[in-house]
Amino acid sequence: MALPQIKQDATDARLAALEMPQGGWSQAAREDALSRVRSMGLPGARDEYWKYTRPDTLVQPDAPKAALLDADEEPIFGEVDRLKIVFVDGVFSAEESDDLALDHVTIDRLADARDIHWAKDVYGVLEARGQTPVQRPLATLNTAFATDGVLIHVTGKAPKPISLIYRHASETSDAILHHVVKVDSGAELTLLENGPAAARFNKCMEVEIADGGTFHHVRAQGRDHERRAATAIFTRLGEESVFKSFTLTANGVLTRNECVIELTGDNAVAHVAGACVGDGDFHHDDTVFITHDALNCESRQVFKKVLRNGATGVFQGKILVKEGAQKTDGYQISQSLLLDEDSQFLAKPELEIYADDVACSHGSTSGAIDEEGLFYLRSRGIEEGPATDLLTIAFLAEAVMEIEDESLQDEINGRVEAWLSRRRG
Amino acid sequence: MLEIKNLHVQLEEEDKQILKGVNLTVEAGKVHAIMGPNGSGKSTLSYVLSGKDGYEVTDGEATLEGEDILEMEPEERAAAGMFLAFQYPVEIPGVGNMTFLRTAVNSQRKARGEEEMSASEFLKVIRAKAKDLKIDADMLKRPVNVGFSGGEKKRNEILQMAMLEPKMCILDETDSGLDVDAMKLVADGVNALRDEGRGFLVITHYQRLLDHIKPDVVHIMADGRIIKTGGPELALEVEHNGYADLLAEAV
Repeated sequence: MALPQIKQDATDARLAALEMPQGGWSQAAREDALSRVRSMGLPGARDEYWKYTRPDTLVQPDAPKAALLDADEEPIFGEVDRLKIVFVDGVFSAEESDDLALDHVTIDRLADARDIHWAKDVYGVLEARGQTPVQRPLATLNTAFATDGVLIHVTGKAPKPISLIYRHASETSDAILHHVVKVDSGAELTLLENGPAAARFNKCMEVEIADGGTFHHVRAQGRDHERRAATAIFTRLGEESVFKSFTLTANGVLTRNECVIELTGDNAVAHVAGACVGDGDFHHDDTVFITHDALNCESRQVFKKVLRNGATGVFQGKILVKEGAQKTDGYQISQSLLLDEDSQFLAKPELEIYADDVACSHGSTSGAIDEEGLFYLRSRGIEEGPATDLLTIAFLAEAVMEIEDESLQDEINGRVEAWLSRRRG
Repeated sequence: MLEIKNLHVQLEEEDKQILKGVNLTVEAGKVHAIMGPNGSGKSTLSYVLSGKDGYEVTDGEATLEGEDILEMEPEERAAAGMFLAFQYPVEIPGVGNMTFLRTAVNSQRKARGEEEMSASEFLKVIRAKAKDLKIDADMLKRPVNVGFSGGEKKRNEILQMAMLEPKMCILDETDSGLDVDAMKLVADGVNALRDEGRGFLVITHYQRLLDHIKPDVVHIMADGRIIKTGGPELALEVEHNGYADLLAEAV
């Protein structure tokens, strides 16, 4: 079927501005992705899936200019013993990165094109699976045109986290990165991500977790306010495997974080959580799709948004329980704390269930600061500003506590506290 | 210490008088108890004194050591020495009990122009005080009141009181929801804080608490006024005969 003219034109214009990397094992996947993008077309304002978030600046040929972050604090995770991999405006920096060597892990770069690579079985594969029932063309565009990324194969318990650090150095940079993670049976990895990536950032990450594998992901986005980012995680879980992903987002005129999870092995566990804080023209969108396709799996979605001075938060979260996925335990909560009357939270929670022995719960709320709690804290001598901050941290707690490692929880809480106290001046 | 004169209070939202001329003086070193039937205005009095929103003072005054407290923000009253032990302590997930208490102690010190307590000094003091109240290290680390039993919440209130060392302590039905052992523990905590320089106002429905915290003065409150004042024997009288006779007498 032909695309609507406006979508066709926008897609053609964007594709004309891009150049596909040539050669190597990924060539076939890239070409396949390109033909899929051509037939889908890039997101437009009329697409139902983009009803609450305008895709135009993510689709237009050139990245809108974004001022660099004038950082007044040390980057997060500085205290964590980790293997650092640095990308500056989407370009790998060997100088700033550690040696890509870690026990039980092999790390390669997507840009190092070879003819044979294990990643061929994952690259673009999970992304393509994630296109039904809802299309995600920006991720497909990414598969076709990603200029770099890391390919991580985990064969045992990684001795320390791998930390992807992004730096934004040019006001007009337009970065497309694609990471692939393959966690073998019984293997375990924690992946950290932080830093402003580029003026415009399209990032896709595919995570294949074999039976009994464990993958933890903790990400901090921000505080480069003017940047625009569309990120997508596609993961497939085997039997008794674990996937846990948490994202903190502070600032950003446009962030769309998609997460597509497929539970294909019995007794698998997938948690995805997000906490965000923003004000003014902050716009943050969490879009999640979880498919239960095996017995006795557990999924949790915990999303909390603190919005002020006209900020907008979006949540689209779906749990699909396929026929036969009995004993599914699904939980979904999305909440916003609106610190004034100008801010808004748009939520679309969905459940679609075809099995008859499942427990799925979902809830979505918007509210103001709890007056009882505020009075309690003030009656102990804590001023209204700091008391409001404490209650804001309390509001985000359920999401932050999805991070298993307590020291990482503290790092995240520290960032939120700093953000809040800066806002009070 | 605390002086309340002709205090008239109504709800901000509706034109309803709750306190209709309360007169009360709590001297330093004394424990005053207020008893009274439901809806007599006891809790309202405690909220108005500690600065909760939603109440409008239409007449009268309240001073703490001569300072007008009614115009102050709740945190200013706290720094001036006012403390309310809540009937229903609020749960604050994600904020550690210890962090909360240290923030409170140092906010008050800062407001009074005193030096803040160092982390190590604070830890030393809180450990000793927590031990007396049988509050273990785990309870200090857990988020404020989250998952605490009724007794643990009330003990936590008393721990806060012990750490903040207020001049004027108001206990709002601290005995509600407590079994006998828990009540004893809480009462011991309060008694340990009795001091020449500190006043107490204990609000309760029952005489039972007053067996453990011996009051110097007992007031009976009804329909927004204090209708009778006496010694500890007044509480016993209520316990035996209920409020009916006293109410009839007042009319």
